[in-house]
Amino acid sequence: MNRIATSLAMAAAILILSGGAGTAETITHFPAAENEAGEGETGDLVIASVTDLDFMRPLIAAFQDTNPGMSVTYIEDTSNILDASVSRACADRRFFADLVISSSIAQQVRLVNSGCAREIESPVLESLPDWAQWRGELIGLTYEPAVMVYNKAAFATAGPPRSRFDLIDLMRQSGSLNARIATYDIEDSGVGYLFAFQDSTEASTWGRLIEGFGRNSVATFCCSADIIDRVADGRAHIGYNVLGSYAQSRADKDPRIGVILPTDYTLVLARAGYIPREARDANAARAFLELALSDRGRTILDGETRLLTPLSGADALARLGGDEEPAFRPIPLTPALLVSLDQAKRARFLSQWRKSVTLPLP
Amino acid sequence: MSLATSFPSSGRSRSIAWRLTLLLTLLLTIAAAGTLAAALSYGQTAATRAFDRLLTGAALQIAERITVEEGETVIDIPLSAFGLLSLASEDRIFYRIIGLAGETLTGDESFPLPDASGDGMAPLLYDTVFSGEPVRAIRMQRFLAERAVRGQVTVIVAQTLRARSELAEEIVTRAVIGVVIAGGVTLALALLAMHLALSPLRRVERAILARDPKDLTPFSTATPREVEALVAAINRFMARLDKRVGAMQDFVADAAHQMRTPITALRAQTELALEEDNPRKLKTLQRRIRDRAIGVSRLTDQLLSHALVTHRADAATLELIDLRRVAVEAEREARRTGGAEGIELDLPADPVMVSGDAFSLREAARNLITNALAHGKPPVILRVSITPDGTALIAAHDRGPGMNPAQVQRIGERFARDASNPQSAGLGLAIVAEVAEFHQGSIRTATGPAGGFWVGVELPLAGAFPSLSPKAETP
Repeated sequence: MNRIATSLAMAAAILILSGGAGTAETITHFPAAENEAGEGETGDLVIASVTDLDFMRPLIAAFQDTNPGMSVTYIEDTSNILDASVSRACADRRFFADLVISSSIAQQVRLVNSGCAREIESPVLESLPDWAQWRGELIGLTYEPAVMVYNKAAFATAGPPRSRFDLIDLMRQSGSLNARIATYDIEDSGVGYLFAFQDSTEASTWGRLIEGFGRNSVATFCCSADIIDRVADGRAHIGYNVLGSYAQSRADKDPRIGVILPTDYTLVLARAGYIPREARDANAARAFLELALSDRGRTILDGETRLLTPLSGADALARLGGDEEPAFRPIPLTPALLVSLDQAKRARFLSQWRKSVTLPLP
Repeated sequence: MSLATSFPSSGRSRSIAWRLTLLLTLLLTIAAAGTLAAALSYGQTAATRAFDRLLTGAALQIAERITVEEGETVIDIPLSAFGLLSLASEDRIFYRIIGLAGETLTGDESFPLPDASGDGMAPLLYDTVFSGEPVRAIRMQRFLAERAVRGQVTVIVAQTLRARSELAEEIVTRAVIGVVIAGGVTLALALLAMHLALSPLRRVERAILARDPKDLTPFSTATPREVEALVAAINRFMARLDKRVGAMQDFVADAAHQMRTPITALRAQTELALEEDNPRKLKTLQRRIRDRAIGVSRLTDQLLSHALVTHRADAATLELIDLRRVAVEAEREARRTGGAEGIELDLPADPVMVSGDAFSLREAARNLITNALAHGKPPVILRVSITPDGTALIAAHDRGPGMNPAQVQRIGERFARDASNPQSAGLGLAIVAEVAEFHQGSIRTATGPAGGFWVGVELPLAGAFPSLSPKAETP
């Protein structure tokens, strides 16, 4: 306990904001707890991630608890910038991090497809479902549904929409949701784009959905937290396609918001991690991944952060889901995700989005 | 009897079963190796073909979705194309779409084009290396014929080879397992079949081994056709052996009886002589005793001679002999043993060569002489000649009346003696007959044109049966 407290203090002290224009790179260092003891591994595990540090902190603490000799450097950035940095390092065959974890799994698949990763070679791969791993190089660590969050006060009488059909009907019928819907800016957010793209392939509701968004002047944001903030303070009544981990952990604390797992289908994203080809300490990275999928890691991920794991996520979510059984659609880690990143495809998709969502209606 | 031990001496290591096992194993190994080689090449081909179809399918789907909108080439890569390629779940995927002017519209700009830049419209599959791994790629052309855009768009889709190698390996592994199991089962069945097929041989073997060495009856075991001749030969051999052993036993019994009678008579006569006081009668008795003694002596001589001849018929090796020499030696010997005065020899100028045993032939000739002296009238002539039929003949001639037909009939029988002649043992011509048989000849008798009689042995000339081997007679 004492050790963790010290680590946190140190982490706070060594918080570096890089000065590059347009980047929000945050580097946090967790020094090794026991420098005097020669036992065990020593070194520095560099993790590059888009996940908010608060979500990763318990896992890092657990890692340093089992590997007291290890220090951890945590690099955090938005998905697109992180992807660009990692791609550049891969192309230059330069070290960037020992472990790259991102919720922007299409970009992760593309990096692995480009040969940037190395094989993880861990028995933990055996236990993972097929959709949560690819080539033994990329593995899914979490089980995060794309949910709708709603302001409880706004839906006190009628009750919130339970599915996309309900949402579409609501958007068509009344003007009550006008300028009261928030979702990702899919041009800016990797996760938002991924969810949108998957929506478009999953069902025909997508066309009607974005038409409704356009009619109701949807507000778009870069990050889940912003959407949830808006819904919580009532500026928005409903947030669409929010990452379930953020939504649920907030809802646990904030009684103003509720979380809906859409009953028509619920997309599920597994935050994916891989060990780069140029990793300096691949063993430590592997140990970190194994820890995340171990019983202890599962307890941490299932706990406060609500990140869940591919091993147990479906059951954990089903318990939250209430009466109606949600239809979970995990997004498989396969090269099919590359299609969403194709320049031409992306350009077409975004132009379609812009036309529907941002054109002012007469 | 060496019968029991002489059969298994060939040894287990060279048995038919062992040879068959070896050959079958060799044959199956060759067959299995061939099958495996075929499986190896087939596995590669099958895997390549299967995944080439995926690649072609994906390229087709992508090419189909290339359209022209408002004068622009529009590429809308279908998800299903990548879904198709993702069936090879562990493989990396690369693609590149090249526009009319050779510019890369989307995908990996650096992906290599095929070396042979055939400009045919047919899809071209090729192997190359990209991003540090060998890949299989397809190049497909799509011809756009619109008002604004006219020309070829090239679609290249590629994937790494992991799934292909895995499939090929799986096919080969299964083939190996299949071949090994099939080979093992085939071998086991073949060995079982062989075991069953060879079981009659083992039955024969067991019958031979289990047999009492004294048991010389023919085998009654059912035998397969392949060894019928062998068993028949064994049976023939045993029959002969049986006959010979029987003859030997008869002979011993006869000989004992034949010896006992004259010796008993001799003793009775000596006892008579002891009690006889009359010198004249005593003289007569003494003469009789002498005659008896000569008879016993000759009988003993002939019995031994007969036994020797019989033994040599089984054991002696045949050699080339001049019959004239046999005659000369027989005459000399007859003369030495006495009572052979007045024998003449009649020999041709040229050698008369036969293949035979010198001792047996000499004994036969001596007995011919003795027989002629005992039963014929002098002068006795021992004559060697070549008959008009081309056979050798050695015969004893005398001036007597010869034998009557009944006697001729009994030539060769043992102890067929003249009851009136105490000096005859009745074995002389039996010996001659045996020697003749052993030399594949025969006894001949004839009455001369000018009176007189001869008994002789006719033998094949040496040149007539050069292939005769003594080994054919010995076991």
